[in-house]
Amino acid sequence: MSIKGIFKPEFWDADAQAAGPYKRLFDYKRIWQLCFAILVMVSLIPILIMASIDFSVTRGAIKSENTLRAARTTSNTRRSVSFFVEERKSALQLLVEMENFRSSYNKENLISMLKSLKNSFGGFIDLGVIDENGKQVAYVGPYKLEGREYCGQDWFRQAVDKGVYVSEVFLGFRDSPHFVIAVKHFIGNDKSKYRILRATLDTRQFNDIFSALDLPQGEDVFLVNREGVLQTPTRWNGDLFSKVSFDLPEKSFRTKVQQITDHNGETVMVGYAYIENTPFVLLFVKTKKEFMGAWQRSRDTVTWLTGVSIAVILVVMWAVASYLVERIYIADMTRSKALQQMEHHNRMASIGRLAAGVAHEINNPLAIINEKAGLLKDLFTFSKAYEADERLIGLVDSVIDSVERCGRITKRLLGFSRQSDIEFRPIYPQKVIETVLSFLNKEAEYRCIDIHVSVMEGIYEVVTDRGKLEQVLLNLISNAFQAMKDGGALQIEVARKDKNNLIFTVRDNGCGIPESDLKRIFEPFYSTKKQSGGTGLGLSITYGLVQDLGGAMSVKSELGKGTEFSFTLPSSPRSKGDK
Amino acid sequence: MKILLVDDEAELVSALAERLSFRGFEAQWVSSGDEAVQKVHENDYDLAVLDVKMPRMSGLELREKLKKIRPAMKYIFLSGHGSEDDYRAGAAEAVCYLVKPVKIEELVEKINQALGRE
Repeated sequence: MSIKGIFKPEFWDADAQAAGPYKRLFDYKRIWQLCFAILVMVSLIPILIMASIDFSVTRGAIKSENTLRAARTTSNTRRSVSFFVEERKSALQLLVEMENFRSSYNKENLISMLKSLKNSFGGFIDLGVIDENGKQVAYVGPYKLEGREYCGQDWFRQAVDKGVYVSEVFLGFRDSPHFVIAVKHFIGNDKSKYRILRATLDTRQFNDIFSALDLPQGEDVFLVNREGVLQTPTRWNGDLFSKVSFDLPEKSFRTKVQQITDHNGETVMVGYAYIENTPFVLLFVKTKKEFMGAWQRSRDTVTWLTGVSIAVILVVMWAVASYLVERIYIADMTRSKALQQMEHHNRMASIGRLAAGVAHEINNPLAIINEKAGLLKDLFTFSKAYEADERLIGLVDSVIDSVERCGRITKRLLGFSRQSDIEFRPIYPQKVIETVLSFLNKEAEYRCIDIHVSVMEGIYEVVTDRGKLEQVLLNLISNAFQAMKDGGALQIEVARKDKNNLIFTVRDNGCGIPESDLKRIFEPFYSTKKQSGGTGLGLSITYGLVQDLGGAMSVKSELGKGTEFSFTLPSSPRSKGDK
Repeated sequence: MKILLVDDEAELVSALAERLSFRGFEAQWVSSGDEAVQKVHENDYDLAVLDVKMPRMSGLELREKLKKIRPAMKYIFLSGHGSEDDYRAGAAEAVCYLVKPVKIEELVEKINQALGRE
């Protein structure tokens, strides 16, 4: 079947009306539609289900993986930050517990302490001691801050109230980001006398905690204060001391992960933790584009694959449905042709029997006419009573001649209608050809077709089945007649091919057969005359008959010039065994 | 030379008998098998021309009966039916078999052949 046949099969325009009451059985379009729909449904539904399952499973997996990752990163970083602050706070607390610290706030002492703090922990810039009135009583560091008053400031009150204070990161009047840890301690046992040790830390080390995190593209970890002001540099969430673009989630000292819509309407995944005893909130931010990126990529792949599969399935199912229904259609057509053919054969057989009966019926009156006319002639010839009248004898002779002619026809008809098994007898090729032509003579005369028969000298008889040979010749000659226009020429030749074989040739100068059809003309049901009622059986039957006779058949044709069918026959048949 | 013609078609057989008599044969005719048996009992014929298809008794059956009466009698069969079986039966007995309508010259020739004269 050609490609075109798959997409617009032959049965598409088949007329279902012709099938009468059973037209639903022969509605090939409907069968095709049903077939196609079922095939497509059966193959597409699982694919679609699989694809959607894959969608949701992948989506869930990627989401939970991202959530876990966010939680882990947040948690680890929170611990680092917390530890960093806690460590320094503890160092300061240790200092203030020491006797020699409390006994004197002299500068030498503080310088050596700051030096050891810088060496052991790092990050310390300066140290100051502030009395209960908020006055800085001692200071070591790069700035001149001795004697400075802090009593009105918020951090001072908080340090006094809580005993320990950790500040946000701020610029202060030094114009570099830093933060402060202040520790309150009592002098002696008197609870009303206290001092506050205030240490300033630069944020370099602090920031190193974050830059040390090896974050993939699209993730960002940083600190903000409780108002959402950035405390450490970020990758893409704004500059230091600017506000983040989303509202902080509700307070929690445990690590949590949430999806938050920021002010620009973008969804981000936020892992966060409020760090205890500090104003810091740790944030882990990942954009939706980033955290769903993997899912989108896999979704794209699945969508793409599903799309291509569906397209391929549709094409294949279309082709399969077309092919199947086409086969059914061809089988149905073949069957109905075969039925027609059988009907036709049946009718021909009964006509044959009828013809034999009619011929027989006509034979008796013919015989009577023959004898009566003969008797009349005898009377004129032999009896003296009737003068030998030449004219009357002529009349009687013509009656007898006509009877003889009719007799020939009825005898031939009787002979031809006889149906028997294959029976090999010696026959004369010339005579067989003449018998066959006698059935077609009238048509040849009407159509002015010139028939030329030549039998090679020395060929008298061939042992074969007369009936089959007659039918083969009749088929070939009537085919030739159909191929020719009026006034064509038909040549029938019988020649000796080799010692044991004769070759019969029927050559016409008709329309010829195209190259493409030539290979298929002996196939059953192959017909180029379907419209004009051909069954495609004539030549295949002829071919079979020639084979029955132990011969072989071949064809040569040139379009527009004519066709030559030839078949060989063994001059004496081989026994059935070696056929 | 006495010849008996048997055929259910009286019209045919009567004309044929007359024509044969013109040609020097003493021909008698009947139109059924029973009459033929009776005739053969009464007369001595050299040859019988029998129709193969006749009502009640076929030509072949009739010959079997006549053979018992006159074993030396020769037979020629006539038939309007181109049946293969009839032909075989006729040919097997090595007797002449002619298909109607028949030419009188042909019949005369066959009669002469059957009787062994030229």
